Amino acid sequence: MTDTDALLDVRNIKKIFDTKQGPLHAIDDVSFTIKKGETLGLVGESGCGKSTLGRVLIRLVEATDGSAWFGGKDIFSLNGAQMKQMRKRMQIVFQDPYSSLNPRLNIADLIAEPLIVHKVCSSASDMKSRVMKLMDMVGLARRLHNAFPHELDGGRRQRIGVARALALDPEFIVLDEPVSALDVCIQAQILNLLSALKREANYTYLFISHNMSVVKHVSDRIAVMYLGKIVELADYESIFDEPAHPYTQALLSAIPIPQPGARKDRILLEGEVPSPIDLPPGCRFSPRCSRREDICELEQPELAEFKPGHSVACHVFARGGRYQGTYAPQDQIK
Amino acid sequence: MNEGSETAAGHDEGASVENSRLRDFAHVFFRNRMASIGLCILAALLVIAISAPAIAPYEYDEQDLLATLEWPSAKHVFGTDEFGRDVFSRVIYATRISVTVGIVSVSIGMFFGGMLGAVSGFYGGIVDELVMRVVDVLLAIPSILFAIAIAASLGPGLFNMMLAVGVSSIPYYARILRGSVLSIREQEFIEASRAIGSSSVRILLRHVIPNCLAPIIVQGTLGVADGILYAAALSFIGLGIQPPTPEWGGMLSGGRTYIRDYSYMTLFPGLAIVITILALNFVGDALRDALDPKLRD
Repeated sequence: MTDTDALLDVRNIKKIFDTKQGPLHAIDDVSFTIKKGETLGLVGESGCGKSTLGRVLIRLVEATDGSAWFGGKDIFSLNGAQMKQMRKRMQIVFQDPYSSLNPRLNIADLIAEPLIVHKVCSSASDMKSRVMKLMDMVGLARRLHNAFPHELDGGRRQRIGVARALALDPEFIVLDEPVSALDVCIQAQILNLLSALKREANYTYLFISHNMSVVKHVSDRIAVMYLGKIVELADYESIFDEPAHPYTQALLSAIPIPQPGARKDRILLEGEVPSPIDLPPGCRFSPRCSRREDICELEQPELAEFKPGHSVACHVFARGGRYQGTYAPQDQIK
Repeated sequence: MNEGSETAAGHDEGASVENSRLRDFAHVFFRNRMASIGLCILAALLVIAISAPAIAPYEYDEQDLLATLEWPSAKHVFGTDEFGRDVFSRVIYATRISVTVGIVSVSIGMFFGGMLGAVSGFYGGIVDELVMRVVDVLLAIPSILFAIAIAASLGPGLFNMMLAVGVSSIPYYARILRGSVLSIREQEFIEASRAIGSSSVRILLRHVIPNCLAPIIVQGTLGVADGILYAAALSFIGLGIQPPTPEWGGMLSGGRTYIRDYSYMTLFPGLAIVITILALNFVGDALRDALDPKLRD
């Protein structure tokens, strides 16, 4: 893919961790693009490499191989000083607002940190007013500026995390499961906040989550990840209307329908996720796939576009074998 | 960028933030009643040290050979030693040296040991290997021997003694701080700070070390006692404070030979050490709590 309007163009990223048991393929040859102003939802179960991917993109973890082009520059080839400048343009919001905030700093200090590190404020009062503005933006009451993280609930803490990410006015923000540590009602608040911020400032998000029903609220396009690979990538409508990969279908069938008596055929996956150290030779999903054929166990399927904007990595699908299984009626899921 | 009035308001608020932080700190600190007692004792020690000539009834080296080894009486409150020197006066004067030695040597050990341990734990890899192996070697030498070796090579004198005692305690502080740094380093807020673009030095100083302070403060307050006693040991073998300059540890070891018949000679300097250590421990405990925002109301 060579989108010219792509803000982020990720090509063939690999991340292999060396473990005692052998190389662990956390991310294996992942490519995608994100357009400016778009939200790409990245879903997958725990351990599939989605958080690692987010961290690799902002170089909290170094990629083993591949490139990521952001605004015409390969992020992975930047040196320390260039990367520091780049960090102004790309930020991250962490999953756990309890452990991602230094317990010894108060809110004003926490939000001011990026401003101090990048020396963007001319004076103490300028800093102060910026911090206050950021607190307003994320809906934190100004009186809380002197409070410490442990005095606040999870939602407010996550708002601090968002304010820190926004402080440098970035273009691209990795949202690494920003709501999965929160209560459901607070999840909605934070999701609404993120959407509202995006409408105002046209941020580009990579929204990482294991929860389909969260991702569907915010995403323009959705990438489904399984064991270090993207198995399906399509716009929001297509994923929900005609999911191509058996794994995507299984994920979708797991979304609860908020309607008493609603019937749906749950696709239950059998077996365990294979170890990322000892991967199956063919399709990674093949040991659990109900549509498995001989080729699936021998050859890895490539992610290929079968119609504009909708790619899938599945042998069976590629040969025209549309999946016949049923899953939840679409209007109820959406 | 701002209008003048706004700027002024910002400064005022900034000042009040600082004030309220201090108030929070003081609130937690003094909530611990022992801390007030400890602080009072330390203040008293300071006053005693400064005004020793005014308090002491005799000079510390004033000998009264007609009144040697006298038990405490109205004339000599703490009795006299084998040279007829007034023990009370000597204990008072000794405050100056002993408290200085204890605090300065601990500061040296804590600062350099802490830095070494923090850097070692934070950067890991080859740096950690290198520093920790050196520390292991130093830990294998009994620290009193190590202190003696340093003092012997530097020569006698107050500062050299403090240096020797301080340096010999470096490995212990390095070990302690490295341990806490290793656990803090893996916390997500460290990664969060890196994502923002903070330099390693900033992360170390702003995020790692402040979260590692509790164990080292406790060790430090206890270390003052060790410092005073090591100083005494060094003085005893002639590498520290030279007689007749009084010093608690030196007085302890000097009175050792008379402990059966004239126990007051060791009792009073010993008590002085105990009281000082106790006060430092009280203050240390309260300090540790007051530095932790989680324990504030």
